[in-house]
Amino acid sequence: MLDGIGTEHEEQGMKNTLSTLVWLGLAILGAAAVGVVAVHRGEPINALWLVVAATCCYAFGYRFYSKFIAAKILALDALRATPAERLENGRDFLVTNKWVVFGHHFAAIAGPGPLVGPVLAAQFGYLPGTLWVLAGAVFAGCVQDFVILLFSVRRDGKSLTEMAKEEIGPVGGFVAYVAVIAILVILLGVAALIVVNALKDSPWGTFTIAMTIPIALLMGLYLRRIRPGKVLEVSVIGFILVLLAIWGGKWASLNPDVAHIFSLSGPTLAILIIVYGFAASALPVWLLLAPRDYLSTFVKLGTIALLGIGIVALHPTLHMPALTRFVDGTGPVFAGKIFPFAFITIACGAISGFHSLISSGTTPKLIARETETRIVGYGAMMAESAVAVMAIIAACVLQPGIYFAINSPAGVVGSTATAATATISGWGFPVTAADMQALAHAVGEQTLFNRTGGAPAFAVGMARIFSQSLGGETVMALWYHFAVMFEALFILTILDAGTRVARFMIQDALSHIYKPLGRTSWYPSILATSALVVAAWGYFLWQGVKDPLGGINSLWPLFGIANQLLATVALCVATTIIIKMHRAKYAAVTLLPLLWLVAVTFTASWHKVFDPSPRIGFLAQAHALAAGPATAATARLIFNNRLDAAVTAILVVMVALVLIESARQWIGVLTGGEEVRVKETPFVMTRLAEERG
Amino acid sequence: MRRAVTATRILLGALLTTLREIFDEAAYSRFLSRTQMRSSPAAYAAFRHEFEEAKARRPKCC
Repeated sequence: MLDGIGTEHEEQGMKNTLSTLVWLGLAILGAAAVGVVAVHRGEPINALWLVVAATCCYAFGYRFYSKFIAAKILALDALRATPAERLENGRDFLVTNKWVVFGHHFAAIAGPGPLVGPVLAAQFGYLPGTLWVLAGAVFAGCVQDFVILLFSVRRDGKSLTEMAKEEIGPVGGFVAYVAVIAILVILLGVAALIVVNALKDSPWGTFTIAMTIPIALLMGLYLRRIRPGKVLEVSVIGFILVLLAIWGGKWASLNPDVAHIFSLSGPTLAILIIVYGFAASALPVWLLLAPRDYLSTFVKLGTIALLGIGIVALHPTLHMPALTRFVDGTGPVFAGKIFPFAFITIACGAISGFHSLISSGTTPKLIARETETRIVGYGAMMAESAVAVMAIIAACVLQPGIYFAINSPAGVVGSTATAATATISGWGFPVTAADMQALAHAVGEQTLFNRTGGAPAFAVGMARIFSQSLGGETVMALWYHFAVMFEALFILTILDAGTRVARFMIQDALSHIYKPLGRTSWYPSILATSALVVAAWGYFLWQGVKDPLGGINSLWPLFGIANQLLATVALCVATTIIIKMHRAKYAAVTLLPLLWLVAVTFTASWHKVFDPSPRIGFLAQAHALAAGPATAATARLIFNNRLDAAVTAILVVMVALVLIESARQWIGVLTGGEEVRVKETPFVMTRLAEERG
Repeated sequence: MRRAVTATRILLGALLTTLREIFDEAAYSRFLSRTQMRSSPAAYAAFRHEFEEAKARRPKCC
């Protein structure tokens, strides 16, 4: 008997020693990889260093930091029944396997943001973006998603807006609501602008994307009439048809008559996308939105997996230096220094306020046990962060001269190939017009100059990685257009769904004024609110298309500020709840990311409104335009800049109100002046444990 | 060898289950068993009608 206990102790001791050694080895490897990424200068480094650094950071973050949060702060309780169990109705509330919930959650949080933001921020070099993505995800983004998910689970799956109203007060709820609408509108405008920039004067890309509309309609009819409910089957068929459309795009680009039809300017594409957005919002869901959503998810999951395998298998060299000269704020892609602009440009890969809407939306209604919030909330955000690391690699495998030639607007580098290459080579990043012409020819485009927005640069990087793994240079054009199609499909799905979500939110609000306006089946209301939402994001899109600096320079920071301000609201809610739970000594876990975001977003907002440089400050640009020679567009550009300044200022003031209201609550609770009332659903013992035996 | 085959089978099963959930096939199956209907264009239309309100309101991130 005693011998048996002794052997058990020895075995346990062996396991502990082995585990300690493995983690020690990982710590040394991770430290070495982060060290190489951080201090190596001069020679290009291999992308595998980034992959190893990221893997080790995520492993440590998940194993130790998330476990600490789960045990010491949240006290996850596997015996507490979740809303999925207590309120199960077979629709919204449903006990679901944790890996299925993980898949659902990841599919909902992973949009084009983690692909585009890191590509734009690569103008500073690979180092700032990589460090922010790793540290931001482990200490801020994953924490936000995890704690908001758990707090929503403990409140019957309530939304962030409802939690903000209950825990902070009516101001919190109102600001969260306005911030969500503002983010949706700005996001949709920026997303549409990225598609326009990727497709303008590109008959191949435009033809392929145009073909996805009849393919989606066909899928909708197939699902509804021929094989009801066979979504996976029809998604495979749709995917094959999309591949044929990519192949057909080559034919379209080589046939002068067809190429002429599909070679569209920025303004024409913008009008077509606005019309499309309105139609997608007003049409029945089953006809266009649902099949496109399925097709987009199918392509998204497959492509991300393929890119990850491609990077590990090929482990390409990063040609971009660790830091570029543009850390001084004079970058051509967007103006502004690393602090604060790198931290608002990369949102989704590090921390994104939008995620808190999903963590307090569908996901909490599917969680079977509280303990599963750790893998779903913290784990899925780590996966998203890994996608951002892949985007950094895709951008940084390009020669810097090529990267800047693609991403710089004509207003900065010049509108001719000679002028652009001379300007960029003058910065110390050599590139020739012949290099760019050869690359454009290899990917089947007429030109790759001034293709701002991040998507074309990402597509070129991804095509380079894919073509070196599969098929060689001869199929680079196919991979490039596959990548463009993948991004555009992704973004158009966000446009469809985002317009509809914003429409529902406005209909809900308007129903308080006149009841029928809230009815989602009443066509006058559908048409009016769809038009309202599309007009709002269409305005930002038009502003971006007409902007001589490419639009991304002003709109992406505006989107980043709005998104990070929503994260500020989410972290205010989380900190308030933690303090009310009598865990104030651990409040730094959400308070420190909150303070960091406040510093970043408030500084960025100050610069965007008041900076004296016309390339950064909205008011300075308006002033410079007013002082310069007047053209037909001057008055509108001045108005646009003043409007952007006003939107930024209003958002900041509102979030400042939430901060003040939250701080008042914290002080009240900590000094005993405020009655502590955490609005959790009372404990109910789970039945699932008994069922499982 | 047998262990590897079993592990692969479990992994593929989990992957398929996840895909069926993400693509709402499982939700449609649950709808059919809850309403005692057989799969048909009318049943799928009823499923979509019931499902749309919740599904179309789901936000998707950037």
